[in-house]
Amino acid sequence: MTTLLEMHSISASYGAGVVLHDINFKVSESDFIGVIGPNGGGKTTLLRLILGLIKPLKGKIIFSSELLSGNKTGYLPQISTGDVQYPVTVTDVILSGMMMCKKILSRMSLSDKKRAQEIIDELGLSGLEHASLSELSGGQLQRVFLGRAIIGNPKLLLLDEPGNFVDSTFENDFYGKLKDLNSRMAILMVSHDIGIISSHVKSYACVNRDLHYHPSSEITNEQLLAYGCPIQLITHGQVPHTVLKYHN
Amino acid sequence: MIKGLLGAIFASITAGLAGTYIVSRRMVFLSGGITHASFGGIGIGYFAGINPVLGAAIFGILSALGVEYLSVRHKVREDSAIGILWAFGMAIGIIFIYLTPGYAPDLMSYLFGSILTVTYADIVALGIMSFVLIIYFSAFYRTILYISFDESFARTYSSFVDIFKYVTTALVALTIVLNIRMAGVVLVLSLLTIPPNIAMIFTKVYSRILIWSVIAGFAGTSAGYTISYFAGIPVGATIIFTLILIWVIVKGLNRVFRKVPVSP
Repeated sequence: MTTLLEMHSISASYGAGVVLHDINFKVSESDFIGVIGPNGGGKTTLLRLILGLIKPLKGKIIFSSELLSGNKTGYLPQISTGDVQYPVTVTDVILSGMMMCKKILSRMSLSDKKRAQEIIDELGLSGLEHASLSELSGGQLQRVFLGRAIIGNPKLLLLDEPGNFVDSTFENDFYGKLKDLNSRMAILMVSHDIGIISSHVKSYACVNRDLHYHPSSEITNEQLLAYGCPIQLITHGQVPHTVLKYHN
Repeated sequence: MIKGLLGAIFASITAGLAGTYIVSRRMVFLSGGITHASFGGIGIGYFAGINPVLGAAIFGILSALGVEYLSVRHKVREDSAIGILWAFGMAIGIIFIYLTPGYAPDLMSYLFGSILTVTYADIVALGIMSFVLIIYFSAFYRTILYISFDESFARTYSSFVDIFKYVTTALVALTIVLNIRMAGVVLVLSLLTIPPNIAMIFTKVYSRILIWSVIAGFAGTSAGYTISYFAGIPVGATIIFTLILIWVIVKGLNRVFRKVPVSP
């Protein structure tokens, strides 16, 4: 299995104070890693490091040649970054994902537009090609941004809290879609809701200043405590239920 | 008359293109700051005996880049910085015009604009600016659209985001300053903001907003110019009034017919 990226003793800060400390981490082809941890634990910082938006204070990240050439990394940010009132159509937003493979002066070719149409059909957005973002529901919006992330056929897809905006009717579709995508790209998904994602990911990384890699989709509260990852765990037995600490 | 017509054409092109950028990126307040800051340059220009438009251009571009820089660094609250800059420019302008010996004859034309006092040099400058903006917007259409739609996403694939913002904002500042001769410090902002708002009633596609803004701008400017010529009222104010009238009528008609064509 090809390694896509390796982090060697990375420390990073975001604003004041060190957020990530001495991290070693590896992502390989066909990985589906859930990144969990408390708010402020450094999950988003981890994504920003991979995207090259911030530079590590210490250590180094080695990217495979595949990630460095042309199709870098697909990225689905937390939805708040784009202005929904902005006059831009669904097709144009999805096409903007092609920019990572292009020079600044180049135009969108006919094949780019065909590719955008394929993505639109694949994500069930047909008929909304020329709609503006303010006309869409939360779930549709999420699919548009997913389309933007995957149109360039990236080898690695980064998802930042995708569950936040998915409406429940689309939720199963969405994770089913991710499963399909996982056959052609590695996925790194940040979430604080491990209950929902536990049946979808193949392994976990617990990020809370440190990073602990857990090579299976089964994870227990005891392990989370040992990793120093104080988050709530929902298990899926016969009946999904939340495991809480012992109390009177 | 030819001068007026050329002025109207070039003003609509520059204001329509730059206006679409500032309206969609919600930079209207920043642009107001640039406009009024450049008044400081006009005052210094008078005092030093250089062309006031040149002074305004330098002031306008520097203040635009300054605000963009501060907002990138997140060092200052952006709206407060703009408010301070706004008043600073006006204060400097007033002080220097007061200190200039003699009476500043066309000061009123800088405040309220006048196509009648516009010189051929102003028209040529606006013509060049139109040409530059048309080239810039067609060459970098996608880049401009995507960076202003979602800047933080653009940063994930491009390291040119900041340079682009600075260049585009500088072009906007220059557009504003050149149009001050047409509509004046007080009114120029509406020349940039009303046409895109008329266009956005018809379409949500960025490229069409650019085109429709220019058309709407030309309709308003030429009609306003004609009315002011025959009625003998100030041209800048008449143009802005006409534009707002067009906006209200189109908005009203759109509401009545309730059919928003968003087709390709």
